[in-house]
This record gives sequence, C-alpha cells and structure tokens, in this order.
Amino acid sequence: MTKELPADPHVAVVATAGGVEDGPLTMADGTSLKSAMARAQFRARLRAFLLVLPLLAFVVITFIMPIGELLKRSVYSPNFHDNMPNLVAWFAKHPPGTEPDESAYAALVADLRLLKKTKKAGLVGTRVNYELPGSRSLFTKGARKAKKLEPPYREALLKLDPKWGDPALWQVMRAAASPYTMNFYLAALDLKRDPSGKIVPVEENRRIYKMLFARTLALSLLITFLTLILAYPIAHLLATLPLSKSNLLMILVLLPFWTSLLVRTTSWMVLLQSQGVINDALVALGIIGDDGRIQMMYNKTGTVIAMTHILLPFMVLPLYSVMRTINPSYVRAARNLGATSWTAFRRIYFPQTVPGIGAGALLVFILAVGYYITPALVGGSDGTLISNLIAFHIQKSLNWSLAAALAALLLTGILILYWLYDKLVGIDNLKLG
Amino acid sequence: MALPNYASPLERIWHYTYLVICALIFLFLIAPILVVIPLSFNAEPYFTFTPKMLALDPEGYSLRWYDKLLTFGMIDPDAPRDLAWWADVWENSKWVNAAKNSFIIGIFATILATGFGTLAALGLSRPEMPFRRAIMAILISPMIVPIIITATGLFFFYSKIQISHWGIPYLGIILAHATLGIPFVIITVTATLVGFDHSLNRAAANLGADPRTTFFRVTMPLILPGVISGALFAFVTSFDEVVVVLFVGALDEQTIPRQMWNGIREQISPAILAVATILVIVSIALLTTVELLRRRSERLRGVSPR
Repeated sequence: MTKELPADPHVAVVATAGGVEDGPLTMADGTSLKSAMARAQFRARLRAFLLVLPLLAFVVITFIMPIGELLKRSVYSPNFHDNMPNLVAWFAKHPPGTEPDESAYAALVADLRLLKKTKKAGLVGTRVNYELPGSRSLFTKGARKAKKLEPPYREALLKLDPKWGDPALWQVMRAAASPYTMNFYLAALDLKRDPSGKIVPVEENRRIYKMLFARTLALSLLITFLTLILAYPIAHLLATLPLSKSNLLMILVLLPFWTSLLVRTTSWMVLLQSQGVINDALVALGIIGDDGRIQMMYNKTGTVIAMTHILLPFMVLPLYSVMRTINPSYVRAARNLGATSWTAFRRIYFPQTVPGIGAGALLVFILAVGYYITPALVGGSDGTLISNLIAFHIQKSLNWSLAAALAALLLTGILILYWLYDKLVGIDNLKLG
Repeated sequence: MALPNYASPLERIWHYTYLVICALIFLFLIAPILVVIPLSFNAEPYFTFTPKMLALDPEGYSLRWYDKLLTFGMIDPDAPRDLAWWADVWENSKWVNAAKNSFIIGIFATILATGFGTLAALGLSRPEMPFRRAIMAILISPMIVPIIITATGLFFFYSKIQISHWGIPYLGIILAHATLGIPFVIITVTATLVGFDHSLNRAAANLGADPRTTFFRVTMPLILPGVISGALFAFVTSFDEVVVVLFVGALDEQTIPRQMWNGIREQISPAILAVATILVIVSIALLTTVELLRRRSERLRGVSPR
C-alpha cells in the first residue's frame, strides 16, 4: 500500500499553525514535519499490523508449518539411514559404481543383526520396497536368519537368497542410505532411475499416477463446464428478476451451499443406487426394464453428477454478482438497432458476463481438483481422483513420502491457480451468499 | 424479466422454454436435499419409496430410524423409557456422543476463529495495512488448499510435535478446524467493514471515548451481524468437517460427520438419512439466521439492498 495520505490530519494543521514560512516545515516542538509524519504513519501501520499479527501467527503454526512438514516429508525418508549405520558408512566411504565387496556384505550382515535386535527390519524393508517391489521380505527374512550367517558373508547371503546380489537392489540401497531423496517425486510422475542412474519411465503396467492426474484434470474440466452450463441460465434469471422474487429463488441456491457435504453426498447415493429412487422411477415409468437398471454410482458418472451438484452454487454466486451489475439498456439498445435476440445476447450480453464466468470457473476448478469426500464415497474405482490416492497412501499402503510428494505436486498446481485467481479476480471479491 | 411486447412468437416459445429449463435446474439443486426427508421416515430398511409410502399409508412411515439414533450403542435399549433409560442414552448412545463431541469441537474452533479473525479483519480493512494483499492471500488459503493436503500436513506435523501427548482432548482437531473457519470469518467481517463509516469512530473519539469504548460501543454493534455470520460459517465448517478428524482424530474422538462417514462406508442404513434430515433442518435454520443478519446489517449501515 503506497497511499501517501497523512494518517493523522492534525499533524498538518499543527505544522501550519507553527507559523514557519520559509525552509523545511516543522512541528510546534521543532522536529521536521516530514519525520513526524513518517513516524505517525509508521505507528498507524504498526497498529494495523499488530491487529493482524495474532491470526497470522496462528495460521502459520496451524497451517503453514504443517504444509512445510508435508513438503519436507516428500523428500525425507530416514528409515533406512537411521537403522542401517554400517552399510550407510560403507556407502559413504565407497563412491557410486563400486562393486559391493566382502566388506560391504559384512556391513550388511552387521546391520541385519542390528535390525533383528531393534525390530526395525519391516521399516527398512518397506523403504526399499517402495522402489524395488518384492524386497520387503528379503529384509525381514535376512534379519531373522542373520545370526546364523558366517563369513564369507557374500556367499552366505547369496545362498540365503540370490536376490542379495542384484545390482538394482544395491543401487536402491545406496539411494536409500541418504535420508533425502527426490525419488518419491519421480515415483509420483511414473518415473524411476534405471541401474545406471538415468531417469526413465516405469513399465507400462505400473503407470498409474500420470493417468490419475490426467483423469483429475479431465473430470474437473468436465465438472466446471457442466456447472457453467447449469449456472448461467439461473444466474441470469436471478439477476433479471425483481429483488423480492430473486431473493426467494436465491434460497434454493444457498440452501445446498449451507447443507452438509456428507448429507448431499448421501442424498446422491440414495438417488443413484441401482435400487435407488431414480432407477425405481425409470423402471416404474417403463423406460428401462427391471434387469436393465443403470449403474450410475461407484463410477465416473456418480462422481461427475454429485460434484456438479455440490459445486454449482460456487458458479452461480460469482455469475450472479456480475450479471446483477449489467445494465439492461445495452441489450435493449442492440435490439433497437436491429439485432436479433440471439445476436444481442452473443455480441452484447455474453461479453459482459465473461469476468463472472472466469471467476466462477476458476473457483469451481480449484475446488474440484482437490475434492476428496464425494469421489471417495460415490466414485468407486474409476471415479476416484488424485486426492483419494493420497489418502490411500497415508491410510492403507503407509507410503507417507509418496503421499507427500503427490500432495506437493497437487499443491503446486492449486497455488498457481490461486495466484491466477488473485490476479484476475482478487481474493477481496470472494463473497459468500 | 417480463417479455417485451415486440417479442416474436419464436422468442415467446424460447422464453417459456427458458423458464422451464431454469425450473429444472432449480429442481436439480434442491430435490436431492429434500428427497432424504421423507425417506428417513421409511418403515422398511430401504432407500427408496416403498409402495406403502407412495400410497401415503401411515403404516409405510415410522420413526424407527430416529429411535435408532438414540438407542445405537446403548447398554440396555429395551429397558422401560424412564429417567435411567435417558441417562443411558446420554452416556452411551454413539450418535449422542458424536453430537456432543461435534459441539465441543465446533464451539471452541468457532471462538478461536471468530476472535482472531475479527481482530485481523479490523486490521486488514485499515488503509494503512502493510502487505495487505499477501497477508490476505495467506489467511484465505486454508479455504483454497484441498482438505486432503491440509489433513496430510497436519497428520505429519501433529505426529512430530506429539500433540496427542499434551493431555488436552480434541486440541489438534480444534486448532485445525479453527484454521479452516478463519477464511469465512475474514471474508464476512471485511465485507461488513467495507461499508463501515470510519467518521463514526472519529466522532466517538471527539466526544471523549477512549479506543476501547469506541470499539465496544460504536464499532462492535455495527459489525456484529457480520461477525455472527462469520462465526456461523466457521461453526458449520467445523461441524461438517470429516477428513481432518479421520486423519488426526483419536479413535474415541467421534464426531457426527465421522460417524456418518463410517456409516456410509460400512453398512448404510436409513438411520443415516435420519441424521441427514436433522442436519438439513439445522442448515435451514442457519441460512435463515444469516439472511436475517445480513438484512439487519444492511439496515444498520443504511445500505439499501441492491
């Protein structure tokens, strides 16, 4: 803010009353007006800032710091590093590319014995398993049998399981020896490092994340488009009706807005089930047979229908507030000058609503991309979005770092859109009801 | 929007088609919310209208699912319904306990969000506020960042600082819900302050009021409708929030949305619809309150509705 107004108008009055005619203006007590004003302004700014400070500190602690912790998690995975000290030391001493020799295997066996004692074999195995599936059991079995192993350790381990000699395994272990890694971001983009350290795409049948990101984008765009199609006519109606009537109709828009998300999702489950209201009605009307009930839930259709309904108010409200300000005489003038109603709409009315379309579409898209609850309940397997996979990795597969990396990628996209929204629309113009 | 009298027949047809389309869209908006209300009185454990219900036969309707809300989790649901039975409901019914938790969390989160949020909104609406845009962007961001990301971050952060060992029940959820409610308080209160006439403050100061008196006797009564709307928004946000509770809540910290979530995922029964109906009625009440507050605020500030 660079408003140069004096915060306290009295300052100027005092200065002129001081009776100084030449030279720099001074206050009654002799200090220069300029510095007195700067001081007063500084105090005013400080006062305003101090009012905001408690909340800012609160949000930093309860929101920004957790997000920071999430970003750290996405590159930080210390389980291997913390529990395999001997092997980590060996990796530190020998540069990448060194063939693992007997000393390396000795370090590995020492660590496996340690794992047996600390009972952390599962954690370490899981960490390696993220990048080399099928190797978790290698570590749990190795730790169990490590006590009986005798030198030479290389032969003993290879006899236990020939997989211990796999160069890929050693490469993954070397990568895991450092607690910081970018590999979770690679995994989140369906990429991996090949044995030579080059970044390559993973096998065709293991690519899921890019597809999910693409599906999230595609469904969000579709939902944004559908909300626009549905919101435009009713926003126009609300904006052109007299206020007493439009206020009543507005309740129909605001009630869903105020109703619990879970309630709205439940309602859609009730309606869309194959034994639900819509299917029953269609059967009763004879449009479909009893055996031809349409599967509208636990797939993409369910997600799209329910989310379109849930996000519709977020499109109607910005459109309405823009349409309300459009002067109806422009369209009348166009008609007067011979335009058909379609031309008048296309050339005169529609261009004036574009700011509202932009604001609503951006808001709906931002909200849709990160949606979790509705897809989780009605999405089934092919209607889930990227958020659901993040939850899956936190709650089920326990691959927290991968979840964090996926979340960080999603967050980056959202923040870019948020910045765009602030630039184009301004957060100040966000209105609720 | 009346049809102009120069409209051609084609335009007349289009005009009525347009009204029908609008009616259908309004139906799409409102029908899914209203459909659960009759279904929650279903006498059968189905999610659709039974023939008896369609025939408006009283036998098709019952309050059994509302009863189920009370008795679910009780030690002795079949005992005679005396004072001891109601004590059992209050102590053990899962839904009643979830409601208690939801209210405790919601009220504390609302107090935090409204207190800090109102103070900050007062600062943010001053013209001399430095870094206004950037700070506003940070304070609104909890509304924009997907809830799953917030929940994941909180999950990591709380396990790092071990908040569950601090011995304050619900603390983690309350702080998180307060954060989620803050954007709503900021938006509603700053919107109220936009139309605020600052010369009233100066007049109060001129008449000898100190800043505190000015705030409580002049500013506060004028912005109170906005503050209450913001508080209601914050409360609803907390009352409706499930993802953070799922991620960071302890096992015994059941709230209504969490109980609903479990109910929907495991064995969906019309008892869920009974809860949904109660929540719809609550939201109608809240919407009415907010609307009345908005009109009162406009009247107070002399802003005629546009």
